Amino acid sequence: MDGALESVYRADRGRVLARLIGILGDFDLAEEALADAWAAAAASWPAAGVPDNPAGWLVTTARRKAVDRLRSETASRRRQRAWGELAITWDLGDGSDPIPDDRLRLIFTCCHPALSLEAQVALTLRSLGGLTTEEVAKAFLISPSAMAQRVVRAKRKIREASIAYRVPSPDELAGRLGAVLAVLYLIFNAGYLPPSGTELVNVDLCDEALRLCGVVVELLPDEPEPLALAAMMRFQDARRQARLDDDGVPVTLEDQDRSRWDGKGVAAGLALLERAQDMGREGPYGIKASIAALHVAAPRSDLTDWAAIVRLYDRLLAWEPTTVVRLNRAVAVAMADSPAAGLALLDDPELAQGLTGYHLYAATRADLLRRSGRLDEAVVWYGRARDQTDNVAEHRFLDKRLEQLAASVPGAN
Amino acid sequence: MRYMLIIHNDPELHPTPGSPEWDQLMADYGEFSKQLVDRGHTFTGDPLNDPSTATTIRVRDGETLTVDGPFAETKEWMSGYYVVDFDSLDHALAAAAMVPSAKYGSVEVRPLAEM
Repeated sequence: MDGALESVYRADRGRVLARLIGILGDFDLAEEALADAWAAAAASWPAAGVPDNPAGWLVTTARRKAVDRLRSETASRRRQRAWGELAITWDLGDGSDPIPDDRLRLIFTCCHPALSLEAQVALTLRSLGGLTTEEVAKAFLISPSAMAQRVVRAKRKIREASIAYRVPSPDELAGRLGAVLAVLYLIFNAGYLPPSGTELVNVDLCDEALRLCGVVVELLPDEPEPLALAAMMRFQDARRQARLDDDGVPVTLEDQDRSRWDGKGVAAGLALLERAQDMGREGPYGIKASIAALHVAAPRSDLTDWAAIVRLYDRLLAWEPTTVVRLNRAVAVAMADSPAAGLALLDDPELAQGLTGYHLYAATRADLLRRSGRLDEAVVWYGRARDQTDNVAEHRFLDKRLEQLAASVPGAN
Repeated sequence: MRYMLIIHNDPELHPTPGSPEWDQLMADYGEFSKQLVDRGHTFTGDPLNDPSTATTIRVRDGETLTVDGPFAETKEWMSGYYVVDFDSLDHALAAAAMVPSAKYGSVEVRPLAEM
């Protein structure tokens, strides 16, 4: 694709599509019309030049294309369109006016809790992220046809069940925003810690999540939680380079070479977190970002303020009383107090049962046993953790730990 | 758009007639219906008798088969419904959350397939 066209596509596609869905009231029709308009742009822009307002040009052209499509469709097919042709006979203008930003409506619709979480992720990445169904399928390790089916089903539900294309009212906003942020963080983590495969970090999804979170920050500038999520992702992202050693084996936070952290990324994260904190309304992402900030602020791992981290986890539990948060809190207690204190928390039957089969529970237990000098038991739990994950990079890490233990425990293998 | 709010209940968890909880529940249903009216929604809705009173009909090859039941394996059964006109799914979901039995069982929200 032509360079100028490519950059317009990257910069404006989400905004143009969001506007078209708003006008046409139909995901599929909007996507088809945008594809038509894009083909028209590819045919005419190289000779005529890129228009002054490419987004406006694309919206106007796509509206015309949508009218053409609706005219040529049969009545029965037309009836399947959500709002039909009501809106699109309006005066089209010449495409020189700036287009209203409908991306917030689009993101809240894509992340509607009436859709499955997988569908929310797929719709968000396809419509606002500009990824193809194939790319989304690849990132989430499912077949393109299964992913396509998921998307078709979600779009059908939006249409048939009348999921409104709107930003939630102020009294709904907190809950619905939480759903949007959860989707963005899931996308980020899918890039950061893919469930299997040889690469630990899938760079594209992390970048995509950061970019989408930036859009939410820009569109909801008075909300602290999107800022806090952006900060948290920046902190995690800044450690990307240090997370693997030269052999591709993951390095724990404790052992990472902190000089390899991206200082600019950390500074950007701290600035975002400060903006969030200045708003004075604490939420779960604000607390998580504060925890991450304490990690990146420590010049050496043994200078980490673990006691403060334990206190933050206590506050987080009020928002999210989940077993995973309790697991993380147990690690912080182990570091602040003693490995035995952490192990005592992991012994809680409810926690142990709730996290059965979760490789990070086994790996955490193994690590605290190792720190307590209970090496035989540590070997057993590292082995369990290894059985519970398919990620090749995680395997390398766990194998390395097992080798180290084998060297110090006679007879263990 | 019209939606059906389908109320499912587990009778073991649901208040039984004669208990104070039941009286409260009936009062809450009265209030719920009043809310729908006050907000200008047109609706229909009724409670259903329990599945032991049900009869199922199938017509196969012109012959009518009548059986007692069904007696589903699941503990929950459909105990009532509303059909209400709402602007969008969000409004239907907000109303479903106010159905008094939602505290005990579940409320399934389904758009009617308008022909």
